[in-house]
Amino acid sequence: MLNLFCPTCQRDCDETELSCGGQAHLIRRDHASSDKDFYEYLYERKNDKGIIFERWKHVYGCGKWFHTARCTITNQVFGSYSAKEVQPPKSILAIIRRSRVEFKGWVK
Amino acid sequence: MKRYSFSSIFTEAFKDNLGWEKAWTKREPKKEYQIIIVGGGGHGLATAYYLAKNYNITDIAVIEKGWIGGGNTGRNTTIIRSNYLQESSIGIYEKSRFLYETLSQDLNYNIMFSPRGVLMLCQTEHELRAMKRTSHANRINGVDTKMVTPAEVKEIVPIININGPRFPVLGALWQPRGGTARHDAVAWGYARKCSDYGIDIIEQCEVIGVKKKRDKIVGVETTKGNIKAKKVCFVAAGHSSLLADLAGFRLPIESVALQALVSEPIKPMIDCVVMANTVHGYLSQSDKGELVIGGGADGYNNYSQRGSFLHIEETVRALVETFPVISRLRQLRQWGGIVDMTGDRSPIISKTPVDGLYINCGWGTGGFKAIPGSGWATAEMIYNERPGKLASPFSIERFSEGRLIDESAAAAVAH
Repeated sequence: MLNLFCPTCQRDCDETELSCGGQAHLIRRDHASSDKDFYEYLYERKNDKGIIFERWKHVYGCGKWFHTARCTITNQVFGSYSAKEVQPPKSILAIIRRSRVEFKGWVK
Repeated sequence: MKRYSFSSIFTEAFKDNLGWEKAWTKREPKKEYQIIIVGGGGHGLATAYYLAKNYNITDIAVIEKGWIGGGNTGRNTTIIRSNYLQESSIGIYEKSRFLYETLSQDLNYNIMFSPRGVLMLCQTEHELRAMKRTSHANRINGVDTKMVTPAEVKEIVPIININGPRFPVLGALWQPRGGTARHDAVAWGYARKCSDYGIDIIEQCEVIGVKKKRDKIVGVETTKGNIKAKKVCFVAAGHSSLLADLAGFRLPIESVALQALVSEPIKPMIDCVVMANTVHGYLSQSDKGELVIGGGADGYNNYSQRGSFLHIEETVRALVETFPVISRLRQLRQWGGIVDMTGDRSPIISKTPVDGLYINCGWGTGGFKAIPGSGWATAEMIYNERPGKLASPFSIERFSEGRLIDESAAAAVAH
């Protein structure tokens, strides 16, 4: 079972307490955006095989959102960070680089 | 190709069965082909087969990263049905079910199609209402399904517990012409026939790049060298996003692990397929006697081909409640496949932003039943360079144009 750290509750929680919100750091579009931008925001996903950054919600806990970095092949988790971040913090990227030398960094 | 027949079995029996030839020839890639199909699963092979059969094109290569039928074609629960809600889905799934009926004869390969009937249980008032709506949609579109009462359900499946207590069976949608087939045989049968047509089947060959000249495809780069082609079609299920990435566009697809399991083999106890959407589980019995059980997909993206234990527990718990008689069975095997989920749970059969590049993906949790129909429609699209009647509703543009084909309620269990 996937076990993730909730930065709000400051504790680990099981997959059963959580709900996945998909790809993190999407640029939110509004009604004034172009059709193409809005399509990208609504549907297009990176769907990477390897390291991904995603949003999770602690639904059966504090009810707050947070971010995690995870590998989609091995399900190795590299850590959680605040939902307020607009891109992965340097500390998380450093943790990933330590175990994955081939990691090229976060791409929008 | 030596035909499989009673007389060939009879004569081989006297020759110690040493005269059988390999079902298909393993080939190394040529420099150039007219069409390259990337992905040697059921859908890819069926596409190549119908290109050869319906349009007489045999200058085709089917490129497979692993081995034939090693992906989702060999990892599903082998269920075939066409009781969908929307007209466009019914079109392609019913075509597919219809082609399955004579596929063994077409391919000269026993795919063991068994139209044993598919029963979709209704265990809440809302589900009952939704299924009634589906049954009406089916009748309007000429799909043979009907609603049955709890008493009739008990008659069809004597081992079922219809009284609940949590989720009593209130009725069911019954498709007597649905059923199962041997999944590996479907891949092997198509591969054998493709090979017989002169199509090159190239295994252990991964696509690592896409060659373009001004937005037009000219070939692919593989682990076995560069191969030129006029047209390329990606048919790679869960790994479609990675191929699209190589070609320079993104897809409205997310990949998750969906798992299934089989019990130890037991004597025949259930002679149809039962799906229980509300409690998340479905069950049938294979010819070997194993109960083939499937359930929900993981709640987060992954390519692990394994799936989480949580979902196994959920699925088995639901089925034990519905079929108390199976509570002491042991699990024999469990496996996972990577399914490509679209937002509306309907597939994508479409042209792409790259000229000459086509894509067939997004079958999500229900691709096996669609193999012949999907191959038929994709072959038609590649040959005519535009989608035909079956495929046109499933273009990528349907997302930006708001023409979604909502089938999230028609899945065996809601994912």
